[in-house]
Amino acid sequence: MLVSIYRYNPEQDSKPAMQNIEVDVPADRDLMVLDVLELAKAKDPSISYRRSCREGVCGSDGMNINGVNGLACITPVSRAAGPGRKLVLRPLPGLPVIRDLVVDLTQFYRQFEKVKPWLINDETPPAIERLQSPEEREKLDGLYECILCACCSTSCPSFWWNPEKFIGPAGLLQAYRFLADSRDTATAERLSELDDPFSVFRCRGIMNCVSVCPKGLNPTRAIGHIRSMLLRQGT
Amino acid sequence: MDMVVNATSLGRSGLYDWLIQRASALVLLAYAVCILGSLLFTQDLDYASWRAQFGAPAMQIFSLIALLSLCAHAWIGIWTVTTDYLNEAHLGRAGTAIRLFTQGVCALLTLIYLLWGVRIFWGG
Ligand code: SF4
Ligand code: SF4
Ligand code: FES
Repeated sequence: MLVSIYRYNPEQDSKPAMQNIEVDVPADRDLMVLDVLELAKAKDPSISYRRSCREGVCGSDGMNINGVNGLACITPVSRAAGPGRKLVLRPLPGLPVIRDLVVDLTQFYRQFEKVKPWLINDETPPAIERLQSPEEREKLDGLYECILCACCSTSCPSFWWNPEKFIGPAGLLQAYRFLADSRDTATAERLSELDDPFSVFRCRGIMNCVSVCPKGLNPTRAIGHIRSMLLRQGT
Repeated sequence: MDMVVNATSLGRSGLYDWLIQRASALVLLAYAVCILGSLLFTQDLDYASWRAQFGAPAMQIFSLIALLSLCAHAWIGIWTVTTDYLNEAHLGRAGTAIRLFTQGVCALLTLIYLLWGVRIFWGG
């Protein structure tokens, strides 16, 4: 099958180019995109990309596959390209390219850091642990599972245009994860840091984030919850 | 940076801009329905009856509210679009100057339309 891969080494190349590579894939099996990429790398070892767990857990091989962001390791070729069509692999959009499919995630992590993604509790810790009722714990479902693959934020036009000011779907999902945590006592402070016109409110409800999340999470819903919390606090 | 941001957005916080945008959209919807209704259900629509409709005090107030909503809605929209696209990331070093100029022109136009509209509805 034909694979077209984005190649760019900023230190040598004046501009990016697409490289076409023909790889032999078994006809009887549906490979994952990452498998095909490994076969291409066997032909041209200079191709660079990140991957680690190869089972959708680590979040390191997020890339743009035939126009849609996803994890190469859990995206079947049949779904990405379809029979007879070529596979087109590009880096996650909107971030600086370090090399080929490897992007610089600094801006993404900086936004994540801004939401203070850790539990803040100023009460004296109990002897054993801070308890939650099953209902309170349930509120964190659909939030804590995020693997920070960046597929969502890099598919979001609002993040492309304002990567330093809009927190983006991944960061906001985590912001809500701690706002919704019954053990966290910094709710008011967290909310007041999100009230400016950019951090949350640049979300235009385009829902690209929801459609690409490989873990099936829904950042748009979390953003809606944050907005209602801001509304309750601010009025 | 945030100071500049807050000085130019209308509600001075993301929440208020967002609320104003929603509320003004509802007002404009109600106003549009109202105008459409009167267009459909007024028999023998002519200049005199049209003028009489807009001259009624309730309609004058509603029109003014709709006009204010329109201007606020337009300004928040323009401010959002200009901060998305007219910036240094898209336009290079001149980005900020181009944005401020565009925003200035749009703010002035919005103000002119507002005052002009007030004159039309309330000028007698
Ligand atoms: S929300 Fe989904 S797409 Fe976004 S970073 Fe987390 S796992 Fe990836
Ligand atoms: S819903 Fe919001 S966060 Fe998600 S892609 Fe759209 S603008 Fe971005
Ligand atoms: S390699 Fe770990 S998520 Fe794909």
